[in-house]
Amino acid sequence: MTYKLILGALAATGLTAGAAAAATLDDVKERGALNCGVVTGLVGFGAPNANGEWEGFDVALCRAVAAAVLGDPTAVEFIPTTGKTRFTALASGEIDMLARNTTWTFSRDVDLKFEFTGINYYDGQGFMVPKSLGVTSAKDLDGATVCIQTGTTTELNLADFFRKNNISYEPVAVETNAEGQQQYQAGACDTYTTDASGLAATRAAFENPADHVILPEIISKEPLGPLVRHGDNEWGDVVRWTLNALIAAEEMGVTSANVQDMAAAPGDSPEINRLLGTEGNLGEMMGLEADWAVNAIAANGNYGEIFEKNIGENTPIGLARGLNAQWTNGGLLYSPPFR
Amino acid sequence: MASVTDPQTNQGFRISSLINDRRYRGLTFQFIALIGIIFAMAYLGINLVQNLATAGLTFSYDFLGEQAGYDINQTLIEYDSQSSHLRAAIVGVINTLLVSVLGCIAATLIGVTAGVLRLSKNWLVAKLMSIYVEAFRNVPVLIWILIIGTVVTLSGANPRDFLTRGGSVEPSSELILGAFAFTNRGFYAPAVELGAGWPVVLIALIAGIVGFFWWRAHVKKTLFDTGKLLPVWPSWLILIVPVVLAQLVLGALSLSMPDVASNNFNIQGGTLIAKPFIALWLALSIYTGAFIAENVRAGILAVSTGQTEAAAALGLRPRRVMNLVILPQALRIIIPPLISQYLNLTKNSSLAIAVGYADITATLGGITLNQTGKALECVLLLMLFYLIISLSISAVMNVYNASVALKER
Repeated sequence: MTYKLILGALAATGLTAGAAAAATLDDVKERGALNCGVVTGLVGFGAPNANGEWEGFDVALCRAVAAAVLGDPTAVEFIPTTGKTRFTALASGEIDMLARNTTWTFSRDVDLKFEFTGINYYDGQGFMVPKSLGVTSAKDLDGATVCIQTGTTTELNLADFFRKNNISYEPVAVETNAEGQQQYQAGACDTYTTDASGLAATRAAFENPADHVILPEIISKEPLGPLVRHGDNEWGDVVRWTLNALIAAEEMGVTSANVQDMAAAPGDSPEINRLLGTEGNLGEMMGLEADWAVNAIAANGNYGEIFEKNIGENTPIGLARGLNAQWTNGGLLYSPPFR
Repeated sequence: MASVTDPQTNQGFRISSLINDRRYRGLTFQFIALIGIIFAMAYLGINLVQNLATAGLTFSYDFLGEQAGYDINQTLIEYDSQSSHLRAAIVGVINTLLVSVLGCIAATLIGVTAGVLRLSKNWLVAKLMSIYVEAFRNVPVLIWILIIGTVVTLSGANPRDFLTRGGSVEPSSELILGAFAFTNRGFYAPAVELGAGWPVVLIALIAGIVGFFWWRAHVKKTLFDTGKLLPVWPSWLILIVPVVLAQLVLGALSLSMPDVASNNFNIQGGTLIAKPFIALWLALSIYTGAFIAENVRAGILAVSTGQTEAAAALGLRPRRVMNLVILPQALRIIIPPLISQYLNLTKNSSLAIAVGYADITATLGGITLNQTGKALECVLLLMLFYLIISLSISAVMNVYNASVALKER
């Protein structure tokens, strides 16, 4: 099944990569829609809702980019990708950007020739176990059967963690989060491991989330972010600064509720004015309209609003801001200045 | 005659005859088509090379020597996360071959049985076999793999139910005969451990097998030469007695039972036939068995009923009619489609990842491809592997086919 997908992607690489390599921004404008690669279904981060509309933390970024470029947050073609198909999909030009909890690593950046345009979620790999097992630490998992998504960095971290602690495990390879969830619930594995945010999202979809615990050990750094192809810096800039605009908007107090007013009546903060295009020509420099950031923020709100709406503490997923708070609040989110 | 209808025959070659002369026209068009195909392939090839260069990707198999970094759940050879990608690929190759060979054997047994039974005069048996064949042939094999994988997962007990966890817990399930357990992670059985003197037992086994076939050949020869029918059962004694004697005297082989005490999560020790293997193997064999059943049925029906009647008239009992008269003739018809069923089964085994079985497509074409990003290299290697395996199966089966085919004199 995936074999054919890979072949198809390969054929696509052979035939279309040359055309798609440059000027993605022009392609998107001409097409009138953004092809955004997302997860196949992870509640809170990217999944279709009851009406079949995609929503989630990563999906919101796709919509923000579409709003910034095309002025329309709904002009997005969502293309679900698995851990295995995501990179070929991006390299072949099938998608313009990938917003799919993908870890920024050296080899993906350098060897696979992708450009990570920022970090939208600071994550780490954790383990989820049924409470009834009575396990309190990942180091107690000697001999356990572990469900793991193939083709991910978590697979390598898992092998490293168990080797480092000199304990053994049996891997059960699954392809998607949904499959992992099903195997874990059927008891085919004792523990499920993936990014801690993904575990929280998965647990939220269980019938009795309280019967499962996420172990305290975080065994890796998983900076998740959107990525584009190497070699198209203009497009990379658009995605990078759209993300930065959402982060900066939260820092400066621009929300989906007040962004239109602030854009209509420029205030006395020069940076807000530059961000919203009422002063300077930042949009023009990127080849976008002056109100690009207004559209991006109006689409789903600023970073904080997106976080709270999709994965925050008042949602079933219930993630705290933690490392993903603004730098002014002790987190790691820090947008370079709009100048 | 030809010179009348085709006046050009005696004329020499001219450039125009490439189009006008029937003798050359065919060649001309074939040549043009060939050039066209070469250009099309060259265009795609050059495009690919250019695009790879534009994307800054190089074509190289160096990654095969690098550390794989991931673990595999079924390894028949030594392997850990520190081994190379090449070794991971070899693990995958062995797993593919294992499930293919065992699948072909099981599919043949199932197929021949079902094919013969579908022709049974017993109404219930014949109908049951029809249902089996139609149900399995007409549903995609991937669906069967998923269904059987799910059924195995849901029907087995959790291995924790068997565990005593160092004597602290009373287990809710007991091992069958203290040796076997069917769980949602696979089937646990005792492992055979080789002690001192195991080569002697092995030699005794080989001697037994040789003796087994020698006695059968001897019975046949005596029957043909003298017409005297010797009993066949001593062949089984020849097969079994030396091994049992050698084992009793030397005690070389011992069984190591699955261990329920030492771990908190899983049964340790013994042999584990893992769930992914069971699911994939069962699904492939039952699915392909349905196709083979139809081949067998077609083969048997193709043998004229006169043969059956003639054999019966000679006084042969029904079983012997089937074994001595019908099947040998039917085999000639069955073998060629059987080859393609074996090929199908082997190629279908690439769906292994659906149940998490680590075959070559899952290791080299899945995890290695993703971790290294060498899509083109990995897929080309995969294609080469499947090509070699398929051609080998074809070659072996063609030799066998030649040996049972009708010998024309």
